[in-house]
Amino acid sequence: MAILSGRTLDRMVLGPVRRRPIRLRTTLAQVARAGTESLPLVALIMLLVGMILGLQSAEQLDRFGVVDLVAGLVSVSVARELAPLLTAIIVAGRVGSSIAAELGTMQVDQEIDALTVIGIDPVHYLVAPRIAGLVIALPCLTVFGDAVGILGGFLVGIGVLDLGASSYLMNSLTALTLEDVWGGIVKAVAFAAIIGVVGCERGLATRGGAEQVGRSTTAAVVRSIVLVIAADLFVTGLLYAGGGA
Amino acid sequence: MSPHEVRREAQGEAQDEIQDEVRGVAIEIEELEKSYGAEPVLRGVDLTVRRGEILVILGASGSGKSTLLRCLVGLERPDAGRLCLNGVDLFHDPPAAVAALRERMGVAFQGGALFGSLTVAENVDLPLAEFTRLPESTRRIVVDIKLALVGLRHARDLLPAELSGGMVKRAALARAMALDPDLLFCDEPSAGLDPITSAGIDQLLLRMREVFGVTLVVVTHELASAFSIADRIALLHRGRVQALGPPAELEASTDPIVRRFLDRRADEETESAGLLEGLLEERGIHA
Repeated sequence: MAILSGRTLDRMVLGPVRRRPIRLRTTLAQVARAGTESLPLVALIMLLVGMILGLQSAEQLDRFGVVDLVAGLVSVSVARELAPLLTAIIVAGRVGSSIAAELGTMQVDQEIDALTVIGIDPVHYLVAPRIAGLVIALPCLTVFGDAVGILGGFLVGIGVLDLGASSYLMNSLTALTLEDVWGGIVKAVAFAAIIGVVGCERGLATRGGAEQVGRSTTAAVVRSIVLVIAADLFVTGLLYAGGGA
Repeated sequence: MSPHEVRREAQGEAQDEIQDEVRGVAIEIEELEKSYGAEPVLRGVDLTVRRGEILVILGASGSGKSTLLRCLVGLERPDAGRLCLNGVDLFHDPPAAVAALRERMGVAFQGGALFGSLTVAENVDLPLAEFTRLPESTRRIVVDIKLALVGLRHARDLLPAELSGGMVKRAALARAMALDPDLLFCDEPSAGLDPITSAGIDQLLLRMREVFGVTLVVVTHELASAFSIADRIALLHRGRVQALGPPAELEASTDPIVRRFLDRRADEETESAGLLEGLLEERGIHA
């Protein structure tokens, strides 16, 4: 996986220097694919999570008579943690798995061999655009998830907790800083790279037949989720340790 | 060996050397060895392929013929030995020389290995788009010529999933020939095809050689196909070249391993497996 990451980074960064930039059309197709495959699910999950978080936190905050802090708690939690993590998990399931299945099938059908003997570098042709596509799409999906998650909390705030719409929005905006949103985007970029590399690596490592493609797909999702959560702890430690931000 | 046979063999070798010099050597394989783990698959293969020749590599399953082909096209790195294509050492010469060589060779894989998301025409166009500066309109003409050559012009806009087995093989050949290579490698071109389609593929390979003068290395276990297209046949057995020569010479061979293969007789392992099955059946045990 480390070798594949290095080779991909090499194609992305040094490709333009060697007059072999990564394929824009394929990259944009991957962005569109990641978006269309994940957007509805991200919207649904983040709306529900925003609502659940609003209800859960309201019960606790009401004991201290500060139920109006729900707005800030929901928006900060969603932007810093929930939107990047849950969106990454959704994308790992939807896109990471399909990348592993696609490349695995290509490997089994000797299409990767065919590319190699034609003289086309599979990392440049297949891997780099997929990872670049995810690195663009996942932060966008995360920002979208931020907005929908906050909307979920807002709906609970005005519909169930009887908080005023304008005061809820004001409290959200006051609590939420640009650093919170940027922190989420930084996480999303790291998670996208992990999901892309794991999906491609598992796909290319597939040997045998259809059964192995299925195993590679499952392994890609499981590994991605575990690594994303581990990376989340690491990035959170870097960004927020010591009560910063 | 009788003095007459020794003389005939010496004459044959001298003739081969003269032919090599006249036509030039396209592929040289010397003492090629390859193992997977502790299992040796190629145990010192020596072969020379002349320019414009059709060499068929025959062999039973596990004889090492597919591994030899994968080494020849650069997909597997041999453990030892030397492999030169058009004078370029595939594993020791600089990457630029190897990249230039790759543009001069085409490979048709057993299952076609067509890119499933691309149409037949896009598959053939891919090497042209990657390695030539031809404008799209010219590339389109070249693609149509290649597809016409294999009789697939009508299928240019179909996806590989919409093609029959024979059409897939022909489309793979058209893609392999896209850059007018000097060397064409075919892995089991007739496998899984009915006799008529298989004969059509054989004719196509012969036409490729006739029209383009391409050097062909064909790996197969189909005897009829091998004998109808080969200038020479190399029979691989347990990772070594057991026999090498024109089809007629192989046909006349008295080597027991060659005879066993050509006469389609089961080997000892299969026979003992049959005996074991018989023994189990006798005792009422069903595997």
